[in-house]
Amino acid sequence: MKLSAIKETLNAQVLTGEEFLDKEVYAAFGCDLMSDVLAFVKEDTVLLTGLTNPQVIRTAEMIDVFAIIFVRGKKPNSQVIDMAKERNITVMTTDYILYNACGKLYEKGLQGLDIKGVQVNG
Amino acid sequence: MDDKSGVINLEYEVIRYDFSKAGQASSEIKKVLKQLGINSNIVRKVAIATYEAEMNIAIHSLGGRIIVTITESNINISALDYGPGIENIKLAMEEGFSTAPNNIRELGFGAGMGLPNMKRCSDVFEICSKKNKGTKVDMKISLN
Repeated sequence: MKLSAIKETLNAQVLTGEEFLDKEVYAAFGCDLMSDVLAFVKEDTVLLTGLTNPQVIRTAEMIDVFAIIFVRGKKPNSQVIDMAKERNITVMTTDYILYNACGKLYEKGLQGLDIKGVQVNG
Repeated sequence: MDDKSGVINLEYEVIRYDFSKAGQASSEIKKVLKQLGINSNIVRKVAIATYEAEMNIAIHSLGGRIIVTITESNINISALDYGPGIENIKLAMEEGFSTAPNNIRELGFGAGMGLPNMKRCSDVFEICSKKNKGTKVDMKISLN
């Protein structure tokens, strides 16, 4: 799914990275736990989260995530937006809650991640 | 950076509770590995391991250092801190166990996945800790 289609589906506002809306993602991950993002997210995945601190951008940077959607109408401060801009990460904000935002993307055919084989408490 | 006989050493100081800078060392390490043309899967493993280590030092310790040594065959990462040490390492290694307070959880960390994530990314993982002394995590990631 192209970032431009995600923007449209979620009625989202682009905060930075408008020039990369032609890029495509193949999966989505909705989460506020950055260690889980680090553990499970593969490349070409869009991250949906309600956290807006610098660690979200750092986490995305470490695993080459190039698109982040802030849900529940959240907007990070300008320092966080600048960090995303420096790293060519597209950042959007949507008024939908995490559940509805994920649901809308899923309905359009964007799959979640398969985390089969991940051991819990193993 | 120091380059003798093909070995590259990188060293970074990590400051306690400095969450605006936490991640900077990992970011720089990742840039160096990319510049060296190292396979992206390996870069990803190193990035996750160093970032979790860096966050751990910033969150749980009095401060510490991250040292990365790149040889022809391996990337060695040492994360060491100046205390206070881990009381029960076995418990700390369990997924979901965390001693992080609420203000850390609000950052998206402290879910008890840091050490398990670091172990998952490493080919060799060793941790030793002394109460009131400090903790040292050694990770080796093979380049082959």
